[in-house]
Amino acid sequence: MSYENVNSTLGADFRLTARPRPVLVLAARLKAGLSPFLARYGLVVGFLALWQISATRGWVNPAVFPPLDVIVSVLWGSISSGALVDDIAISLQRAGIAFAAAVAVGIPLGLVMGQARAVEQALDPLFQFFRQTSALALYPVFILLLGLGETSKVFVIFWATLFPILLSTIGGVKEVDTKLIEMARTYGAGRLAIFRRVVLPASVPAIFVGLRLSATTALLLLIAAEMIGANKGIGFQVMNAQYNFQIPLMFAAILLLALLGLAANAALVLLQRKLCRWAQPAV
Amino acid sequence: MSLSAETIRGEVTIRHLSKNYTLNGRPLPVLADLNLQIRSGESLAIVGASGSGKTTLLRILAGLENADGGEVLIDGKAVSGVGAERAVIFQEPRLLPWLTVIENVAFGLDTRGVSRAEAKSRARRYVQLVGLQAFENAYPRQLSGGMAQRVGIARALAVQPEILLLDEPLGALDAMTKIGMQQELTRIWRDEDVTTILVTHDLEEAVYLADRILILPREKNAAPRLIEIDLPRPRDRSAPEFVRYREDLLNLFGLH
Repeated sequence: MSYENVNSTLGADFRLTARPRPVLVLAARLKAGLSPFLARYGLVVGFLALWQISATRGWVNPAVFPPLDVIVSVLWGSISSGALVDDIAISLQRAGIAFAAAVAVGIPLGLVMGQARAVEQALDPLFQFFRQTSALALYPVFILLLGLGETSKVFVIFWATLFPILLSTIGGVKEVDTKLIEMARTYGAGRLAIFRRVVLPASVPAIFVGLRLSATTALLLLIAAEMIGANKGIGFQVMNAQYNFQIPLMFAAILLLALLGLAANAALVLLQRKLCRWAQPAV
Repeated sequence: MSLSAETIRGEVTIRHLSKNYTLNGRPLPVLADLNLQIRSGESLAIVGASGSGKTTLLRILAGLENADGGEVLIDGKAVSGVGAERAVIFQEPRLLPWLTVIENVAFGLDTRGVSRAEAKSRARRYVQLVGLQAFENAYPRQLSGGMAQRVGIARALAVQPEILLLDEPLGALDAMTKIGMQQELTRIWRDEDVTTILVTHDLEEAVYLADRILILPREKNAAPRLIEIDLPRPRDRSAPEFVRYREDLLNLFGLH
């Protein structure tokens, strides 16, 4: 029912008062737009506000927990002055190469292992063993084998990111509905056609679960590797800033890592939405 | 239509067919020396208690399982494995969730190497035949159970098989949808020149759809029985003759 109808039954003199006040409309729109945002991010906003207030009011020691505006301005300053750019670049390069290598090895290997029972049975115990061994515990071994340079850093990240991708790909392939494969067989689809048209698309959602897990792991391992033996990188900056008691810079580097993680996840979610439109609820 | 040797399509001969499963290390006969001639263009319903081997028989005819003995001939040629002259409609629609309705219907044409344009235009025709043209670009997730099953039927018909094998295709649908689909199947079979072999546990469905009903016994030393349904189509479920056929069948199963 529109306001026009209401006016026509009430008479023309009600028209002006019946029209909603623009300020109220704006407030109502704001409320409607804000409430889902608050439901999702309300706690984050609350946490950040608490941090800011505690630091400025002196509830916590501002030397240990600097106010957020200081952290953000240090972050902005060190990016715009170029001081952190090299660190960001080298960190992204390390994580990027390792992640790309894990994708390039993990997905094809997982697709094969998921389909060939014999290969999977032979390799699974070994992989489970490796997976349970913390990549960080193996980092000294990798340093011993590969030296203290870039290779060992990239390799330890690769090692840790490989398993989530590999295992979810195997899981995805193994869980493909055999009834769909049988259906494809009745239409004369051979092994290759079944793989391309049934197994592969059916595994994509599971593969993405692994990719998102791995992206998080990549950043985790990146920082750990950079804290142990590096003179550049975001992880190194976190450690270095702490040694030099540049606490705002330390938090700025930590914040940067969190933002990188969120960005990586968001990119993967976006890609997944594009590739798996069929699995999305109708909009 | 003259049935000279060249034009016979979709004739199925089953000779001495047998199949055993093993249960706790002992062979369990499912089919024992089954012999049957299915005429070209006929619609045959297969009924039987669970364990009578009706689904096994259909799966052997589809080429999804191998018989232990005997043979299946199609148009006089012994067959093993799947073949382009047969299409299967399963109890579940078995649609590929990442393909749209029209892509699903074209699936069997793609796998058999039909050109893209040809596959699409043929798929479109069969989507129309089952009345889903408004849903051509919908994904299976957006369809109801009855609609999804119609897509499955369209996919099978699109490959223009000589023989259509149906494994309880309407078993998962609600009663109303089911009756509607039975009427639709009668209409489709009248227009498409195809031999249909239908496994069902619904005796009324068998009487409504089939020219002949094969009743598989559970005891393997008992002989299978064939009943000819001599009723004009479209059939009237409330006609006294229809009811009598149904009751005869129920009696055979000791359910009356």
